[in-house]
Amino acid sequence: MSAPILWIVLPFLTGGLILVLFGEKYSSYAGGMLSAILALTAVFIPIDTALLIGSISLKISPAVEVFGRSFQLNTTDAPLLAMIYGVSALWFFGAEASGKTLRFAPLGLIIVSLLTASIAVEPFLYAALFLAMATMLAVPMLVPLYQKPGRGTVRFIIYQIFAMPFILFSGWMLAGVEANPGNLASTLQAGLMLSMGFAFLFGIFPLYHWIPKLMEETSPYAASFLLWAFPTFTIIFALGFLDRYTWLRNTPQISNVILSSGIIMTATAGFFGAFQRHLGRTLAYAAIAETGLLLAAISLRSVDFLSIVFLILISRGVELSTWALAISVIKQKAYLLKFSDVQGLARKYPVATGALIFAHLSTTGFPLLGGFPPRLALWQELSSASPIAMLWIFLGMAGILISAIRSLATLVMADEDAKWEWNETWAQTAMLVIGTFGLILLGILPQVLQPFLRGLPALFEHLAQ
Amino acid sequence: MGIDVISWVAVVFVLISAASMLTVRDWRFALGALALQYLAAFWLVSRHLPFAMSSIKLIAGWMTIAILGITRLNQTELDTDADTIHTGGTIFQAILMGIVALSAAGATPLIENAIPGMGLPVIMGGLALIGAGVINLGMTSDILRVTIGLLTMLSGFEIIYAAVESAILVTGLLALVNLGLGILGSYLLLAGYIPLTSPEEEEL
Repeated sequence: MSAPILWIVLPFLTGGLILVLFGEKYSSYAGGMLSAILALTAVFIPIDTALLIGSISLKISPAVEVFGRSFQLNTTDAPLLAMIYGVSALWFFGAEASGKTLRFAPLGLIIVSLLTASIAVEPFLYAALFLAMATMLAVPMLVPLYQKPGRGTVRFIIYQIFAMPFILFSGWMLAGVEANPGNLASTLQAGLMLSMGFAFLFGIFPLYHWIPKLMEETSPYAASFLLWAFPTFTIIFALGFLDRYTWLRNTPQISNVILSSGIIMTATAGFFGAFQRHLGRTLAYAAIAETGLLLAAISLRSVDFLSIVFLILISRGVELSTWALAISVIKQKAYLLKFSDVQGLARKYPVATGALIFAHLSTTGFPLLGGFPPRLALWQELSSASPIAMLWIFLGMAGILISAIRSLATLVMADEDAKWEWNETWAQTAMLVIGTFGLILLGILPQVLQPFLRGLPALFEHLAQ
Repeated sequence: MGIDVISWVAVVFVLISAASMLTVRDWRFALGALALQYLAAFWLVSRHLPFAMSSIKLIAGWMTIAILGITRLNQTELDTDADTIHTGGTIFQAILMGIVALSAAGATPLIENAIPGMGLPVIMGGLALIGAGVINLGMTSDILRVTIGLLTMLSGFEIIYAAVESAILVTGLLALVNLGLGILGSYLLLAGYIPLTSPEEEEL
């Protein structure tokens, strides 16, 4: 057994089988179970180390060759695999509770396996091809056959596909730059190509306008899953570039460009988010602001920046899954999710409203919630690196906080004589409570992630130094 | 010399097919032009890749066209609006395509200087297709046209990328991306077109 077969081929094939054989309800359980098993396997069974179970010797080899190129998942990848499949399990179990989420678990499983292939493939710049394929597979999850695709979906496809040529070509150019670092023109061209590719992938301002549209016109749960999965793998891909090419890592102008992109994303998303009157769109802008934070974090050259990045990624997974589930529950009553439709629904859906507000506050970096420790660490690092950057990011977060307060005010604005009800199902309540509890746990006891965080920076040997 | 002439003829085909896809409203004509474009792209790609690998691009491209064509063939109701010819728009698009062709012609020698050995026709054909694809994407939100725009842009990129990367895995994955775009375009064309009926309604 090899690691790429276990964490790429197996979920890919199983996803396909679930899609064909299982109904909506059981596909969520099957997808969630498989993801949880794969996460636990990554935690407990070391890669490339022989294990003796009774008389049987078990060893997961790290690489497999396909058409002269290899797919590698080493021992250092294990914490990352555990994180990815662990958070995926949360998403897949939540899918059943979220209600109508078309083919979510099987397609989600296939998408996660393709995205895992993107971090395993060597040469690593071929990852762009897997990201493009994952994009295409995401569309049936977003657009059911009875619904016309909206502009957000079309823009999502175009932008993600657009990124692929830029990244592939920049990868080839970067190799030339490394061979001849003195050539300023080719360095500039390669940098520009790379920037364009990642601008499309991350949806850097102004290329993120499709995200709020997508949240408005598709299932919020499926769209939020993509807002978790794609930026997570794109960040790892981007860190791979920084780790691989010394000149990218050591050029201060590149760090400045990444930081500026992050600041602009966070500040503008916070500004626009504060004026939204749609629950889905507020989530979209909060996710954009958080992607901006991730970019600001990878621009840092401090010792702990990798830990900050991974801490944001983990809390983001819990925040978005809880928030999206809460919105999906509310959507069953108020389909359009506009403020005018959801007014006073806190008395009908108290658990969903509570989870939504907790998740929303967590993205603003509210104390004692999951988003707080990484933001505190980021502000601390930025305060010495660039106080102005810290101020802009703080303003962006303030915008997201305003949108959280507005959402809360709208949801609790019920008639005085309206009775409290409990309309969430047991499954929905359980998943929402688990998510909220997870956020509180990550906020109060962030050290529970220490075993993961200790191992994750080893993925990038040069950046971790 | 003879091969160079054929390569330039392929570039002319690329320009004609790209201009036709932009200006002519009839979807059958657009898909026909796309087929011609894949043939020209195949020739340009074969300047740097072996015949077998180049033919993968041609076959994948034509399969994509077949998928899109079969799907669109069953949507006769859409023909009335989409196939109307708007002369003003057509002239504007033709001018845009002219600008793309001129820009590509201007940039070709510069890229040949920067990356020697690619060949002028390969660069010219690739750039023209990338430009035409981007224009197509910028001017429409019609699903078929968006898919054609993406496929055009990608085939332009593939022509240039074939000159610098010849890995089998990349060729295979790019063919998969092309086929995937065809299937995706087909799915999106069908989405919303099929009325949703429950089994109870069907029984009635």
